[in-house]
Amino acid sequence: MPGQIPLVDYLKLGDEPRLEANECTSCGARFFDRRNACASCSATEFRRVELCTDGTLRSFTIVTFAAPGVPVPFVAGVIDVDGTSVRANIINTEPDAEHVTLGMPVRLATFSVGEDQNATEAIGFGFEPIKV
Amino acid sequence: MSDDIYILGINMTKFGKHTDLDTVDLASQAVMAALADGGVTMADMGVLAAGNLMGGGGMGQQVQKQVGQTGIPVFNVSNACATGATALRTAILSVKAGECDMGLAVGVEKLAGAGLLGGAGKAKSDKDEWTPSGRFGAVAPVDGRIGTQGMPGTFAQVGMEYLYEHAYSGAPFELFAKISEKNHSHSTRNPLAAYTKAMSLEQIMGDIMIAYPNTRPMCSANCDGAAAAVVVSGERLATLSAEQQRRAVKVRASILTSDPYTESCQVLPDVNTLTRNAAAQAYEAAGVGPADLDLVELHDCFATAELVHYDNLMLCGEGDAVDFFESGATWRDGSTPVNVSGGLQSKGHPISATGIANIWEVCHHLRGEAGDRQIEGARLGLAHVIGLGSACGVHILEGSAA
Repeated sequence: MPGQIPLVDYLKLGDEPRLEANECTSCGARFFDRRNACASCSATEFRRVELCTDGTLRSFTIVTFAAPGVPVPFVAGVIDVDGTSVRANIINTEPDAEHVTLGMPVRLATFSVGEDQNATEAIGFGFEPIKV
Repeated sequence: MSDDIYILGINMTKFGKHTDLDTVDLASQAVMAALADGGVTMADMGVLAAGNLMGGGGMGQQVQKQVGQTGIPVFNVSNACATGATALRTAILSVKAGECDMGLAVGVEKLAGAGLLGGAGKAKSDKDEWTPSGRFGAVAPVDGRIGTQGMPGTFAQVGMEYLYEHAYSGAPFELFAKISEKNHSHSTRNPLAAYTKAMSLEQIMGDIMIAYPNTRPMCSANCDGAAAAVVVSGERLATLSAEQQRRAVKVRASILTSDPYTESCQVLPDVNTLTRNAAAQAYEAAGVGPADLDLVELHDCFATAELVHYDNLMLCGEGDAVDFFESGATWRDGSTPVNVSGGLQSKGHPISATGIANIWEVCHHLRGEAGDRQIEGARLGLAHVIGLGSACGVHILEGSAA
């Protein structure tokens, strides 16, 4: 049966998709990729942790001119998710400075990247504005 | 005195499009001119450090074949946009270590028409199966899907983050465009700049948007160019002519840092902490403070980057960069002229040459040789570069008292 596959391995799919990180058991620093030792304290033990889904937009840009093969425009940003910085696009909104503002509350959301020859659907993630 | 290091000779080529010259030609042109400027030859050099990122490697040896193969040690260095400063730092280290008393550093790049740097990814064919690969187990290119890997967008976020951290109520686009207006205005006095035309705020804001809030003229200009410098120990300088001693520029501080761990630098490069660290170390080594500087050449690879470095280099109080800029302080007639060369946005940014070219600019003023754009009475200047990844070079330079 065709299924789904996450765009990156730190996105966990399911009823409630979540981002995961490798957290240093010594100092709590978080990394989305593997590390030999913690970049912050050099300890070598990590545990897998789940991030919460809501965050605040710390910074953004609206990219209108990018490398070949990258569809534009898109909003790229840095989201503060309860003290963990996450790189993501801001999705489900108009890509302009009226709709995207510094400090706005956002929430994790997913979107389809497309299907491969086996009809497996790749799922990406972004953050969408929380309507207040 | 014997521990002191001086710039004896220095040169930058015209920045722009050099269709008839290759990288080796450009580097050799800068080297020959820097040697002539210092009144020395390759026979006097005890070390050569060379930087070039886009070529095939071995730039130092290729240059030697053009200007003199004397058998001295060659260091081919690579440190992103801080490559030129790293080459200079390498030559300085050799002299400081006592391995030689004169050294040469050169940086060169051909980038005219190179387009956007960073990012890119190849499209996936429809027939393929999604196959996780790379450090994030990605099944498709992530540039554009998980943020941006392009430089204009990366540095746009650096500037926007500053406005978030230091609550700004104005219009970010106009603020950053005004910084670009300053640098394009400054370059009208610099015949070696790639672009020498002033641009109005309206022109800058009306140009093609690359990555909000950076339009095209707010991005560093890709171009061809080279710069080279001869460094000498204080002891050796004392044996040279009075004229050579008069024109020599003292290196009061030569600092290179990398980015220490900060939480957010894992997802957006932190160009702030390593710059602040380098600046603090440089001021301490030189025994001077930001208020003592007569001019600053800083790494304005994008208009959004210049703003944060006012703060990082401590030219203003923490969080005060916007007010500092809006006071007019960083225009050439202000209290701390910044990028009177036109900066990377207008003078141009041939990556590996940049970290020596900015030192040439400062030396030019400290020697009183900057002609139409001379900052009158300049005695002390600072040159700063950032290579993403990251590396930061800060040099503090002092002209002769004579």
